[in-house]
Amino acid sequence: MADLTIKNLRKSYGETEILKGINLDIKDHEFVVFVGPSGCGKSTLLRSIAGLEEVSSGEIFLNDKEITELAPAKRDLAMVFQSYALYPHMSVRKNMSFALELAGQDKETINSKVDEAARILELGPLLDRKPKDLSGGQRQRVAIGRSIVRHPEIFLFDEPLSNLDAALRVQMRLELARLHQDLNATMIYVTHDQVEAMTLADKVVVLNQGRIEQVGSPMELYHHPVNEFVAGFLGMPKMSFLPGKVKSVSASGVTAELTSGYEIEVPVSSDSIQPGSDVNIGVRPEHVIITDKNSSKFQAILDVAEHLGSDTYCYVKTLDKQMITIRTPGDFLGTFGETIGLNLDPLQCHLFDTNGKAVPRLSRAAEVA
Amino acid sequence: MLSLKQRRRAQTVVLGTIAWLVALIIFFPIFWMILTSFKTEIDAFATPPQLFFTPTLENYTSINERSDYFHFAWNSVVVSFGSTIIGMLIAVPAAYSMAFFETKRTKSTLLWMLSTKMLPPVGVLVPIYLLFKDTGMLDTKLGLVIIYTLINLPIMVWMAYTYFKEIPKDILEAARMDGATLFQEIWKVLLPMSKGGLASTVLLSLILCWNEAFWSLNLTASQAAPLTALIASYSSPEGLFWAKLSAVSTLACAPILVFGWISQKQLVRGLSFGAVK
Ligand SMILES: Nc1ncnc2c1ncn2[C@@H]1O[C@H](COP(=O)(O)OP(=O)(O)OP(=O)(O)O)[C@@H](O)[C@H]1O
Ligand SMILES: [Mg+2]
Repeated sequence: MADLTIKNLRKSYGETEILKGINLDIKDHEFVVFVGPSGCGKSTLLRSIAGLEEVSSGEIFLNDKEITELAPAKRDLAMVFQSYALYPHMSVRKNMSFALELAGQDKETINSKVDEAARILELGPLLDRKPKDLSGGQRQRVAIGRSIVRHPEIFLFDEPLSNLDAALRVQMRLELARLHQDLNATMIYVTHDQVEAMTLADKVVVLNQGRIEQVGSPMELYHHPVNEFVAGFLGMPKMSFLPGKVKSVSASGVTAELTSGYEIEVPVSSDSIQPGSDVNIGVRPEHVIITDKNSSKFQAILDVAEHLGSDTYCYVKTLDKQMITIRTPGDFLGTFGETIGLNLDPLQCHLFDTNGKAVPRLSRAAEVA
Repeated sequence: MLSLKQRRRAQTVVLGTIAWLVALIIFFPIFWMILTSFKTEIDAFATPPQLFFTPTLENYTSINERSDYFHFAWNSVVVSFGSTIIGMLIAVPAAYSMAFFETKRTKSTLLWMLSTKMLPPVGVLVPIYLLFKDTGMLDTKLGLVIIYTLINLPIMVWMAYTYFKEIPKDILEAARMDGATLFQEIWKVLLPMSKGGLASTVLLSLILCWNEAFWSLNLTASQAAPLTALIASYSSPEGLFWAKLSAVSTLACAPILVFGWISQKQLVRGLSFGAVK
């Protein structure tokens, strides 16, 4: 059992407020990922949960027991640091057994737990080495092993993979996912890598400037972002935003006229939208279709094409100088400066009001398509 | 044209020669002191100075006749180790909090502590003498221990602080997450990681205490007088006895020299901590 509840948590350094009232529920066995731009307070939030950072106000509950003021040692949480933070003067085995020895467990229990963790993480042959004689990936595994042996209530990870090279990162990502399955543990994971967030998380928490913007499953966030920030933050390449004005509203949706003159009816709720107000249409790269320039009234000029092999990302400029990113098949051939026609899929478009808030969609069917 | 290898070798030779020369210049006074201690008083005064002479142990025996060397040596040992131990017990926690829980005023506190070392000790001689007199600490080892600890504390805190600063905070936080108490965190993680640096701090404190003369001359008479006071007693009103003075100085330096020799590896490692890591 490991339910974590955070109530109205605030944290300031001097005059600057870093966490501005965080409310969050984390359920047993959940894999929760905190994402957000650099400096938004992800680490601070995680360290507050760990007890390494004193909070200014608010409460943290672990299984209905308040732990806000409790020393980190007493919280029964384990943390894996970005820098690994292994004890350099201890062997790998000692690194992993340290916590158990401090807890006063007997030799046999300790040895069996360490061996078990070493088996899961394939650290067996390295047990007698010192951290300085390990590669980055191996150190990372020892750091994880150090937390596994303790069977903590919750695992906390602060960007554990960001010091690894790309290939190793993918491998460790898979291992972490497997570990979450095997241990059936509650994990809180900080990253600014969206692939990690999307693939690992049961629940993604998007943070921005010390506030939670949205909490939800990766797909929920991807398909139903509540505002422009979340919409723009998740997804690679980024969603494109096109400014426009509401032309008319009806039961079937809102019709907006883009600055280029192109009209589109987006099937969103029209309750809070008045004709004439400024809006932004958001569209993801995979939902723009390139057509022949004569078959669409929406025209643009091809600027840059990035060939990735499997896909080609095209960056195009509309006639009114708006940039749109488009994902096309890998064999797309286009020439720089060429004029092309664009088709937006209205079902897949998002509409954001003047404040950047998403206007709710009429149907949730879109995400299946 | 010299090949790269030859140039390297030439460089090594030149640097080596310079290093040896510097070492010789530094070592010469010590060498002369030891040499003089084996001369008769007449040889010691001879001009030109004699390099070859018939050595004698007379000076050493006469020292022991005149005063009890071991009494003074024991005082030096007790006072040096006593003040170093107490100093470390205060310096480590102080440096720990300054290095890992830094506040806006940490830097200025450190500087202020060091700045006390820049004042002339004579300035506070009278008040301290009176304090010692009133508390009955004149000519006691406890008194010397206290004064030495206070003198050396700024340097010890500063050194320990510098070494602690090199240690990533994460590692201590990891220990905290692992369930370590404050004491366990310092004892089992922080100290082992900074043992090279702390060893040189200990060594420096020992050397400074051992060699301290100002306070020991002014605050002790016979009971608690350390070796430095013994040496000073040889420059007496009856005249200078170079050979005996050299002998007693040699005896005073010997223990700390031997000690320094044994621990030089630690010392060098500690002093170049950041560079080697
Ligand atoms: N000790 C401190 N004193 C003052 N400000 C701090 C301190 N620690 C962090 N901050 C500030 O708090 C904000 C949040 O920091 P935090 O480390 O939580 O960001 P983050 O989301 O983890 O960023 P990153 O992705 O770069 O790791 C930053 O603006 C940072 O400058
Ligand atoms: Mg961070």
